[in-house]
Amino acid sequence: MTANQVAFLLVGGLAALGATGVVACGEKPVRSALCLVLNFFLLGVLYFMLGAELLGIIQVMVYAGAIMVLFLFVVMVLALQSQEAPRHKERRWPLAIVGAIALAATVASVIVTFDPSPFSQPVGDGYGKPQAIGAYLFTEYALPFEVASVLLLVGIVGSVLLARRNA
Amino acid sequence: MDVGHWLEGLGQSNPVALAAIRVVLLVLPILVLVPGLIWLERRLLSWMQDRIGPNRTGTVTFPSNFPLKFLAGKKVRTFGLLQPIADGVKLFLKEDVTPSAIDKLVYFLAPFLALFPAFALGATLPWASTGFMPFTSIPGPYSLLTPVANVEIGILYVLAISSLGAYGLVLAGYASNNKYSLMGGIRASAQLISYELGMGVSLACVALATGSLKMPDMVMQQEAALWGVAEHIQNWFVFTPWGLVSAIVFLICLVAETNRAPFDLPEAENELIAGYHTEYSSMKFAVFFMGEYAAMFLLSGVFAAVFLGGYNLVPVRWEHLADTYPAMAGFYGAMAKLNYWLGPLWFLGKCAGGVAFFIWLRATLPRLRYDQLMSLGWKTLLPLAVANFIVVALYIVFTSLYGPAGGWGAWGGATLVLVLLYLNIAAATRKGPLASPPRRIALVDGTEAPASLREREQVKT
Repeated sequence: MTANQVAFLLVGGLAALGATGVVACGEKPVRSALCLVLNFFLLGVLYFMLGAELLGIIQVMVYAGAIMVLFLFVVMVLALQSQEAPRHKERRWPLAIVGAIALAATVASVIVTFDPSPFSQPVGDGYGKPQAIGAYLFTEYALPFEVASVLLLVGIVGSVLLARRNA
Repeated sequence: MDVGHWLEGLGQSNPVALAAIRVVLLVLPILVLVPGLIWLERRLLSWMQDRIGPNRTGTVTFPSNFPLKFLAGKKVRTFGLLQPIADGVKLFLKEDVTPSAIDKLVYFLAPFLALFPAFALGATLPWASTGFMPFTSIPGPYSLLTPVANVEIGILYVLAISSLGAYGLVLAGYASNNKYSLMGGIRASAQLISYELGMGVSLACVALATGSLKMPDMVMQQEAALWGVAEHIQNWFVFTPWGLVSAIVFLICLVAETNRAPFDLPEAENELIAGYHTEYSSMKFAVFFMGEYAAMFLLSGVFAAVFLGGYNLVPVRWEHLADTYPAMAGFYGAMAKLNYWLGPLWFLGKCAGGVAFFIWLRATLPRLRYDQLMSLGWKTLLPLAVANFIVVALYIVFTSLYGPAGGWGAWGGATLVLVLLYLNIAAATRKGPLASPPRRIALVDGTEAPASLREREQVKT
């Protein structure tokens, strides 16, 4: 095993563990959220290891740094009101098994039909650099980018409207 | 340069060792300086508040029969420099109380989550010149030593890591199972999220002007001629109009991000005991404390690098002066070399100056109210930063189209339009003068007060 593989297994394995922890800590919402933070952070590290610096840092900044802090904020405000999280005692085994099989089949189909040849080619000069991604965002993907920002704007205006109506 | 050659060789034969040296050179000074910063804070604060402060620890009085004659009976003062060590020993030896009804894992994790971002912040921060040595075109040894990682995303890294700083405080507040701690944690998360925006946009202005996200590039950009006109003076961003606005916004956000007074609402002692670290004692509290000082120091460094010309002592282009005035080339050349080789010292000095500024703020300003905090962040700093961003963008576009004159024209025009817009908005949303009834002083039974009493009351108000 090369050093790269060891590093990948370590980070990827921890990320997978974190993802599992999100569900496993269902009784304690804050720990669940923490596991998700760990997962997001390590996903950013994985992007770094692939040379996609900008994607990695945005993953850390937006998901681990901003969205999850908001999540925690909400969880904590809820914890202020009631200390006990709702418990789901009933277990839906058939549904869980079907879901697990479907997921496994999807993952397996990707692994089986996986073509590694594009990944063995050397990447271009500006790969993963902010300049390259910025250039794409402002030329080829300008319209989707703007549509996404309009969507966000609509979301903000909508939430303000909803909050106003209740007040 | 022997050290330079050795480092170069090491970089080729063993890059991991070189990286480790870079990390040690960043982290060690912070670890060593934190006690010094605590001493600085206590002494400076006491001086500003007209008190004496800790000035005794470390003062030694030698007995009159001391063997060394010149010391016998003398008092050696150290101005309380050993106070931080005494503080450290005290914290270390204090009883380590752990509350019983806590979330154990999260409780012990939180201090380290607060410390980690504080130390990781500086990884892209250049503390010395990464460019050529003066009067040569050879990169100097400093370019191998700093920053720890010269990645393309330099300044974004600082933003990302400083946003992770919220976790330590939030989780400490949650895990302590104390309502005051929880309030502190909630305040911390709300405050950090709010001020990150202004911080990000004000840094975006600088990134736009530099055309790079790398922090060494940002410092090098500031070594150009001032406003593209004054050739002997460096273009520190704080001297440019847009840079000044950015710097002010960034500085305020910096204070809020580090939870320092007047933005220390998460640990407001007269409302929340000690906020998020109420339930932390002994070394666990010390870890929070240390994280705060390390973050303060490193963020001052970021401010220095982004706005204050980084490792340059004064905004003078010595090399250019030496080229222009050959008669004085010896002096200017020596200054250029001094500026280059002692760069780390100048940078440390700027960091310490930043910390002193934080302390000054703490001594001067009362704590903000929560609604004032939110409205400052969202209604003042963020719009100001965004307006500044638009102005910078226009300035850059017009400079590239019509040269410096076009750029400054666009800058003036855009500023004028924005100011007018602001005045209009302010006028449209201004509330009229409060319609309060004229003051009237009446006695208990409703009759008017006698004139003498009224006069006295007026004098008082």
